[in-house]
Amino acid sequence: MAEINRLTKDSGFKVVGTRPPRPDGIDKVTGKAKFGADMFAPGMLVGKILRSPHPHAKIRSIDASRAEALHGVKAVVTAADFAEKVPRSHQATLHNIMAHGKALYEGHAVAAVAAIDNATAKKALSLIEVDYEPLPFVIDVEDAIAEDAPLVHEGMITRGMDPKPEKPSNIESACEFGHGDLDAGFAAADIVLEREFRTEASHQGYIEPHACLANYSDDGNSELWCCTQGHFLVRDTTAPLLGIPVSKLRVTASEIGGGFGGKTVIYLEPVALALSRKSGRPVKMVMTRDEVFRATGPTSSSYMNVKIGITKDGRITAADALLFYQSGCYGGFIAQLGAMSAFACYGLDAVRSRGREVVTNRPMQASYRAPGAPIINFAVESLLDELAREINMDPIEFRLKNAAREGDRSSYGPVYDQIGMVRTLETARDHPHYSSPVPAGQGRGVAAGFWFNFGGLTAISLNVNSDGTVTVSVGRPDIGGSRAAMCQMAAEELGIPYENVRCIIADTSSLGFNDTTDGSRTTFANGLAIIEAARAAIKNMCGRAAKMWGIPEDAVAWEDGCAKPSGPNAGDFDPMPISEIARKAPNTGGPIAGHYEVNADGAGVSFGVHIADVSVDAETGRTTVHRYTVVQDAGKAVHPSYVEGQYQGGAVQGIGWALNEGYFYGKDGKMENPGFLDYRMPVASDLPMIEAAIIEIPNKGHPYGVRGVGETSIVPPLATIGNAIRSATGVRMTEVPMSPPALLAQLDGFKQAAE
Amino acid sequence: MSRLQVNTTINGDEIDFLCDPGETLLDVLRNHLGLTGAKEGCGSGDCGACTVNLDGRIVCSCLVLAAEAEGSKIETIEGMADGAELHPLQRKFIEHAALQCGICTPGFLIASKALLERNPDPTETEVRYWLAGNLCRCTGYDKIVRAVMDAAAEMRAS
Amino acid sequence: MRYLAPDTMEAAVAMLAEADGTSRILAGGTDVLVQMTSGLVVPDLVVDIKHIAGTNEITEEDGGYRIGAAVPSAAMNEHAGLKALWPGVVEAADLIGSTQIQGRATIAGNLCNASPAADSVPALFAANATARVVGAGGTRDVPVTDIPTGVGRTSLAPTDIIQSIYLPARPSGSGDAYQRFIPRTEMDIAVVGVGVSLTLDAGGTCTAARVALGAVAETAFLLEGAEEILVGSSLDDATLERLAGAASAACKPIDDKRGTKEFRIKVAGVLARRVTKIAAERARGN
Repeated sequence: MAEINRLTKDSGFKVVGTRPPRPDGIDKVTGKAKFGADMFAPGMLVGKILRSPHPHAKIRSIDASRAEALHGVKAVVTAADFAEKVPRSHQATLHNIMAHGKALYEGHAVAAVAAIDNATAKKALSLIEVDYEPLPFVIDVEDAIAEDAPLVHEGMITRGMDPKPEKPSNIESACEFGHGDLDAGFAAADIVLEREFRTEASHQGYIEPHACLANYSDDGNSELWCCTQGHFLVRDTTAPLLGIPVSKLRVTASEIGGGFGGKTVIYLEPVALALSRKSGRPVKMVMTRDEVFRATGPTSSSYMNVKIGITKDGRITAADALLFYQSGCYGGFIAQLGAMSAFACYGLDAVRSRGREVVTNRPMQASYRAPGAPIINFAVESLLDELAREINMDPIEFRLKNAAREGDRSSYGPVYDQIGMVRTLETARDHPHYSSPVPAGQGRGVAAGFWFNFGGLTAISLNVNSDGTVTVSVGRPDIGGSRAAMCQMAAEELGIPYENVRCIIADTSSLGFNDTTDGSRTTFANGLAIIEAARAAIKNMCGRAAKMWGIPEDAVAWEDGCAKPSGPNAGDFDPMPISEIARKAPNTGGPIAGHYEVNADGAGVSFGVHIADVSVDAETGRTTVHRYTVVQDAGKAVHPSYVEGQYQGGAVQGIGWALNEGYFYGKDGKMENPGFLDYRMPVASDLPMIEAAIIEIPNKGHPYGVRGVGETSIVPPLATIGNAIRSATGVRMTEVPMSPPALLAQLDGFKQAAE
Repeated sequence: MSRLQVNTTINGDEIDFLCDPGETLLDVLRNHLGLTGAKEGCGSGDCGACTVNLDGRIVCSCLVLAAEAEGSKIETIEGMADGAELHPLQRKFIEHAALQCGICTPGFLIASKALLERNPDPTETEVRYWLAGNLCRCTGYDKIVRAVMDAAAEMRAS
Repeated sequence: MRYLAPDTMEAAVAMLAEADGTSRILAGGTDVLVQMTSGLVVPDLVVDIKHIAGTNEITEEDGGYRIGAAVPSAAMNEHAGLKALWPGVVEAADLIGSTQIQGRATIAGNLCNASPAADSVPALFAANATARVVGAGGTRDVPVTDIPTGVGRTSLAPTDIIQSIYLPARPSGSGDAYQRFIPRTEMDIAVVGVGVSLTLDAGGTCTAARVALGAVAETAFLLEGAEEILVGSSLDDATLERLAGAASAACKPIDDKRGTKEFRIKVAGVLARRVTKIAAERARGN
């Protein structure tokens, strides 16, 4: 790891670490906050998409003439209405937002209309005639990698394999990580276990469907209002897709009703803008829940093979994993992230993980909170649980024995510096949940997990207003309440009250490029930039005070929101508060601002350990979660309530994925459960309170030690629940979801085997 | 399709509107009356983001035709605060960080208010089961339940 | 689409009789609107019966209760007398959907929508409820067991409207119960549903019993042979095992996104046993 040390403060915080009310709270509890679908424009049209009913089909022709002729229809677009040549990085998006010659999944957009109202738009869709030639399709990952599987993309040769395969396949890319001598490692083991694991796809499940309002303008700024995790990304992708310069498109991020990675992808925006261009009017598009499921990216389903060898006193001697991740019609980097994260918690001498990104006739995958990691974590942590049982060793002690420590070479390459795996495990071991006796009729499971956390391109600006209050403009949408933390960090650095700082999410015309809100980067990277910008503003303000006092700049210090002489020799002046400096700013040099641009790295990895107590109804296979604890390293929890919220939210998503979420496909290649009735996310009555224990091991990459926290919490739950079920019933589930029919079948088989 | 005139009381105000027979109450609130606090999360009554109070009962407004609201009293999130004074539930949600993205929050608040009007001293289980029709994907429900119980305690004490 | 809200049953029947195309009767709307939004049904006419006198009340009648067709299940759950007499039917109705759904959904609608998995139907079958139907030919009472005929199909004519559902009085020593299996704790469609209504004599011997199963065939159905197994017994474990076996054997379930055939067959037996025990406990309390 690069040796960055930005840490300047790890104690004595006045604002950071407290729990003030969030700045957007009142708007959100009164219904005033404006989300993606809450915007209206005069003359606005309704846009709707026609979607392929076939999982795989050639599009021979599209005849929209009857739709265009329908009274109230103002525009129809197809692939022909988008740019022909786009940068390589936008190719998949171009083909996903509108099918180009071939529908690649059921739900793939084929055409779109803009009409005066919903009913007319719906009617228009039914009048578009598409001549499809259905093709053989493939849905399941194991079917997709089978010999002679139908190909999603003709002629596709796997990237990243050496030697390069001769035959095309559905494996889009391959990767490998690891080090050491695997054969020697397994030979040195006393016990070797190898198992296959399978997981079904899960969707991010944000409650707000995708929505946008587009207003094209030829000579001025085209405007786009949308719910997104990255409005800069929306701008920089949508503009080339429409063949217009980036500078002519201004994107404003609405409040966002959940993203979890799924709204870092673009679906509607270019279509709405193209419809607006063609019709000459603003166009609003909102997905139905059915469309969200059929046509937006879930995470991968998988088939994995994991092999681990240990000595009889619990030392892992070798570990090997092969991951096949099904990633929809266009793969991404999920198998790679999965392979990288597979054994990352442990210090190993011999380790290998190989990832294969597989394409199928399903919607294109999208990131879902620590993409790729929960899937392989289920396999690895389940197998480790089995191994610990083989030698009768406590599961946390077993992990402590093998935990990654400073100086260990990680399984994905870099050498670790100070990391929190050991302390996180120790904290879990010492937690009252773990030391309490397991209640009768229940089983307890433990699992550990890890996420890299990313930084990314960041630009922020900080302005000191004429009354001494401060406005911070950031470029990352607030998806979980991060604005509070931004204000806290600015207030901390400036030494002013939290209430005097306001944080706004600026539109794309007002700031330099900002990467999306994902990778658990917002509090880290925005925070880093805000602190640096505050420091720049402080330097500026010290300079103003120095000027007014007639002393050198370096004789002025900043404390508690005031400029003061840095020592008795500097002069006898009363502290000058920020409000006074701001008031006099027009006479001392003009407006006071600080800004900071950075490609932030050093976000710091975050480890988590989860503990769950469950019971299983042996006659129905239904699992009840009675108690759940998340222990996770936050580096420095800026706003503990929201850090706890990230732990709890991610854990519950993982519990839902473990128990009941999953995609069902019919033999016709169509999704059978595209709604919240049969895509079963946890409801309030399914769960107990989720205990969140925050550990703080400062991250040297951030001035206050902040680590990303938003993603790690979804990594351990699948295995935590699986290990708890094993403890409660004796049954080892190797497939997710561990739904009642699946579990009951195993239980009955287990009973018969035992008899 | 000729439009229907519907007379209602919304958040204490007499409101009449025109609607197509096929429009839902949610459509009309959001698209014609500027009351965008109720959200469409699923359109099928499975997520509760569109919850409003209709004649004293919480309902999914996506499953009510606007025409059915003739002569009815409707309460939406926009009517929950008393001018600038927030309802204890609204305050407690902010205090307990019971919202992250906030899209489900209006639905939860309307539903919770109806619970506490019927049962001022609910157990944690009663709160969870009453709110089972309101999906939240961000919080895992923990802080929402705590906020409701704390608001109930405050309301009992006053 | 036209929306009409008549004041009388006769007017409602006449509207349906005159209508062209697809018509739907609207009470709670928690099935009709879902189907309209998804495009499954495109009605030309919707007839709202909630303004018709008598459809919104629960009234005592000959020791039993007549439940108006527009009464939401939440109101049933608030009626102390109804709950005491037929707790199984009320708990079944109370399981339909969420609190919000229960604020609108009706057992009449649940019955007429004829989903094989409808929650109130097995309990209504076990209770031997009757539906008062108003149609082109006048008014008649129909056992609810005669109404569902297939998936989404009923024996009712297009101009028939259910006005009310009647739950009869019970002899002392009677109890009923309903349970369903769902993977979560709320919000799911029943994977298996079992309704049981029985009567015990002072000595604890079963003198009458009706067991109905839902979600394991095209319609809910009464378990034939349940009476033979249960009546005359003290509902001991061996008897309940036999009942479970009969329930499992009578299932004709499907594999779908909610459960496998094997799972439904197994759980039908499990629930038959459990629900009978609860009904018996309630019977002993009466």
